[in-house]
Amino acid sequence: MKVKELLEHGFEALSLPDGDREIDGVYIGDLLSWVMGRAQMDNAWITIMTNVNTIAVASLADTSCVILAEGVDMPEDILETARDKEINVLRSSQPIYETAVQLSKLVS
Amino acid sequence: MSEPLIFHFDVDGENFASAGQASTQVKKNLRQLGVPAATIRRVSIAMYEGEINMVIHANGGTADVIVNEDYIEIILADKGPGIPNIEQAMQEGFSTATDQIRSLGFGAGMGLPNMKRYTDTMEIDTMVGVGTTITMYVYL
Repeated sequence: MKVKELLEHGFEALSLPDGDREIDGVYIGDLLSWVMGRAQMDNAWITIMTNVNTIAVASLADTSCVILAEGVDMPEDILETARDKEINVLRSSQPIYETAVQLSKLVS
Repeated sequence: MSEPLIFHFDVDGENFASAGQASTQVKKNLRQLGVPAATIRRVSIAMYEGEINMVIHANGGTADVIVNEDYIEIILADKGPGIPNIEQAMQEGFSTATDQIRSLGFGAGMGLPNMKRYTDTMEIDTMVGVGTTITMYVYL
């Protein structure tokens, strides 16, 4: 499924420079080095971390999108960085577990 | 055989937010050179972990990336406190990072293990009180 298709399922786009990117699998984590060590390329990455290092990790680990769960806010200057680096950032108002359950139904 | 390409970066030890600039630039450069995406990912993650380590522990340092015909060499050098026990530092989960660093999402004790995981060869040359130089190779 493409990242932009998540918008039809209640996810909110905060930065969507590459909405046609395909999602392949999901990873959940807030410890950034752990994510870099374990997440796979093209995973959708669910987290509640919203500092600028989140964008760097998404870029370097080459995840298809960052999904901020629990409705957390990402500061606008960091979203600007995300757009500059062509990182997709979406948001779910749902808790992490419910977000993951929803994604497991959408992403085969 | 073509000449190796060398990219040099100074890693700012004061600015945690800017950590990753060197690895992001390397990612761009390697992409322009046509290096496969999976290889770029390995190089840039290993380098980013090194950058973060230099910011957390060593007040910055230098990063050099040398692109040869069949391998990429990454040399990270700092004049930080050195690593007293490499075996311990290589264990997943071992970290000496502060709570402030942990609140930013680092300090999981995965930095050096990730650098080893994503490269083909890693050498650590360290002396307590003098500094650390880490050399990593990724084969193309």
